Amino acid sequence: MQVLTAIVGRLVKAFLTLLAIAILNFFLLHAAPGDPAVVLAGEAGAADEQMIEQLRERFGLDQPLYVQLGKYVWGILQFDLGYSFRQGAPVSELIADRLPATLLLTMTAFGISLVCGIAVGVAAAARVGKPSDTILTTLALLFYATPLYWLALMAVLVFSVWLGWLPGFGYETVGANYTGLERMLDILKHLILPALTLGLFFMSVYMRMTRASMLEVSQLDFVKTAKAKGLSGPAIRRRHILRNAILPVVTLAGLQAGQLVGGAVLTETVFAWPGIGRLMFESLAARDYNTILGVFIVSAAMVIFFNIVTDLVYRIVDPRIGATA
Amino acid sequence: MRHLKATTFLIAAALAAPALAQQEGGRLDIVVQPEPPGLMLGLVQNGPTQLVSGDIYEGLLRYNTDLEPQPGLAESWEISEDGLTYTFKLHDGVTWHDGEPFTSADVVFSADVFLRETHARLRSSLAYVDSIEAPDDRTVVFNLKEPFGPFINAFEVGTMPIVPKHIYEGTDYATNEMNATPIGTGPFKFDEWVKGSHIHLVKNEDYYIDGLPHLDEIFYRVIPDAAARAVAFETGEVDVLPGGSVENWDVPRLTEMDGVCSTGKGWEFFAPHAWMWLNNREGPTADQKFRQAIMYALDREFVKDVVWNGFGTVATGPISSKTNFYSDDVTIYDHNPEKAKALLEEMGYDGEPVRVLPLPYGETWQRWAEAVRQNLSEVGINVEIDSTDVAGWNEKTSQWDYDMAFTYLYQYGDPALGVSRNYVASQISKGSPWNNVEGYENPELDEKWEAAATMVKPEDREAAYAEIQKEIVDDVPVAWLLELEFPTIYRCEVKNLVTTAIGVNDGPRDAWIEE
Repeated sequence: MQVLTAIVGRLVKAFLTLLAIAILNFFLLHAAPGDPAVVLAGEAGAADEQMIEQLRERFGLDQPLYVQLGKYVWGILQFDLGYSFRQGAPVSELIADRLPATLLLTMTAFGISLVCGIAVGVAAAARVGKPSDTILTTLALLFYATPLYWLALMAVLVFSVWLGWLPGFGYETVGANYTGLERMLDILKHLILPALTLGLFFMSVYMRMTRASMLEVSQLDFVKTAKAKGLSGPAIRRRHILRNAILPVVTLAGLQAGQLVGGAVLTETVFAWPGIGRLMFESLAARDYNTILGVFIVSAAMVIFFNIVTDLVYRIVDPRIGATA
Repeated sequence: MRHLKATTFLIAAALAAPALAQQEGGRLDIVVQPEPPGLMLGLVQNGPTQLVSGDIYEGLLRYNTDLEPQPGLAESWEISEDGLTYTFKLHDGVTWHDGEPFTSADVVFSADVFLRETHARLRSSLAYVDSIEAPDDRTVVFNLKEPFGPFINAFEVGTMPIVPKHIYEGTDYATNEMNATPIGTGPFKFDEWVKGSHIHLVKNEDYYIDGLPHLDEIFYRVIPDAAARAVAFETGEVDVLPGGSVENWDVPRLTEMDGVCSTGKGWEFFAPHAWMWLNNREGPTADQKFRQAIMYALDREFVKDVVWNGFGTVATGPISSKTNFYSDDVTIYDHNPEKAKALLEEMGYDGEPVRVLPLPYGETWQRWAEAVRQNLSEVGINVEIDSTDVAGWNEKTSQWDYDMAFTYLYQYGDPALGVSRNYVASQISKGSPWNNVEGYENPELDEKWEAAATMVKPEDREAAYAEIQKEIVDDVPVAWLLELEFPTIYRCEVKNLVTTAIGVNDGPRDAWIEE
């Protein structure tokens, strides 16, 4: 019963947070200079008052701000993210169109960075002070410090233009009409460069954090006890040190997971990946309010969802947290 | 070149045609940047939409690179002696992509009903139209209230796209579901739009001109990053980079590649003309001497050679040399810092800083603003660069919140369509960045612009516009910069790609691929 109340409490809080974020975003966007009607009219290379007024009316911008907000919030309460007049489609449809591509990219990158980052971090911690540790740490620092944009362009230049091994952009071969396994392989080929580029940065973060945390925990008394009991090195590292050292990594992973929806704008742009980050960026440029707000809400929901998941994972990794909380 | 083989080879072999005959089939991949917001050309007229939808929809006329009208949906046309009646004879046997027959009723509906409501630029030309009639299925007559010389230039596909009456009549145009799957009469039909990736068009097998189009399909590829677009062309993923698809400094590198061709043609109708609005209302820019000083201070040749990699022509005044009725009999402003300094001293410029608003269209424009700042500071003008994004630029210019602001505009073949709107007082109106934003007022010239538009004889118009250009260039209401040139880069195997004054925007109706 207590658990149930806790869960319901969390959900209510999550919903209120989401609503607050939506309202805040609404005001932030409207405070930015620019008007979607003028942008759209402007792109036509000509505009008169009649046209701008028509567009403002169609966008609902001719109404007072509080009416616009009221309508928007009322829509959200009914799980309706509104309509994009610029693109002539419901926002939920636009987001649903782009979400799979983004999730495929960000989750692959997330998986690669988490698994490889922890593995390399553990390996480096076990070899602390040795040349292999120095090489790994330096590489991690390098990837951590390199701007993603540059790394992406270099990856395209080397693997796509010079070597011709991998496609440099896109989600799949356009017009090839592959199906089934062939299509999956085709998408996989297109996925490698963007996923690696996006993954490298976080991989180096996880690696450094795992290594540092492992070293810190390995100084603690219970590790000495384990050694005194005669346990083998790998067993101590895996069952005693890593289990305790992983908590900060889980925190960080929770934060990264929250960005799965909106965190790949640059990668999506360079690799022409038809994802949600680009939808957000292009909508922002055009002040397509409903679409931006919709993307913001979906990504805020992801952040909140993963915060809850992180809390749950904490309890599994470290049962003490559940007992005291 | 894997895209270009397809069925081309088989069909060509079967025809065993002579060496120069057009080959049938094949696929063309063209970059479209940015992704269009929609494809219904009657509702959206921005560049990317026109690039794609110019293949799907058609206008009554097309224009060759000398801006002479050519048959489109109309196979012939006649203008009455008094310049008041335009009669068009439509092509026989034209059908919409859904199989419905195309008739004069569609033209009347498009021009008189649909576009009057949705198309701001056409609306200003339609103001001269008294009535539009369809005496029979294949004839359309436009009756004008008074002569309007440039009217013959108003029938290109982007200006007056003919839309299907049977789909739109009586509906809410903006939310009509068919907007997602546009139906036109053009050489290519809409097939699929994978948002964020590509738009697929296929050959219209029932096109009314025998033997056209030659290509089987076109893919418009959405690639948001300029460097990635250049790479896509290098690696053979795309075959055509329409003007402006890549940054200028990439153009020489790409055009020097083997088997790559480029052309500056296909922009004559648009004649993109770049200038800086100088706020005529307040601050130093309100002073004519200050504005003249700016003209002398700017090294426009340098910008053309360095920032634009040699593309373009230094503008002499408001009308592009590619547009009808251009005259070069005007004061020429060479790069002359001494003269600029003298003018500034004469006016008593006190060093008040001026804000320059660059056009947020990429690196080239940012660099151009830097060059302007350098030129102006050399003669003692303090310049602050005030950068913003597209929406911010629209807001600032349309609310007149600037001192100097970069822009460029299309001229649509005739000064009365694309030039006078930037200089006459009746076009001063807050809220739009496409009119007399600088706030220039000259009642005498206003009358001359108005008169020149409604003269019947071209030679009279020629003389009238020559006079206007001479006068206005001395006034410097804006700082004219360059007649821009956006080369179209393509693989040399693609033939007949650019055949009209709107180039790739007319759709590769005549294009074919040589195997």
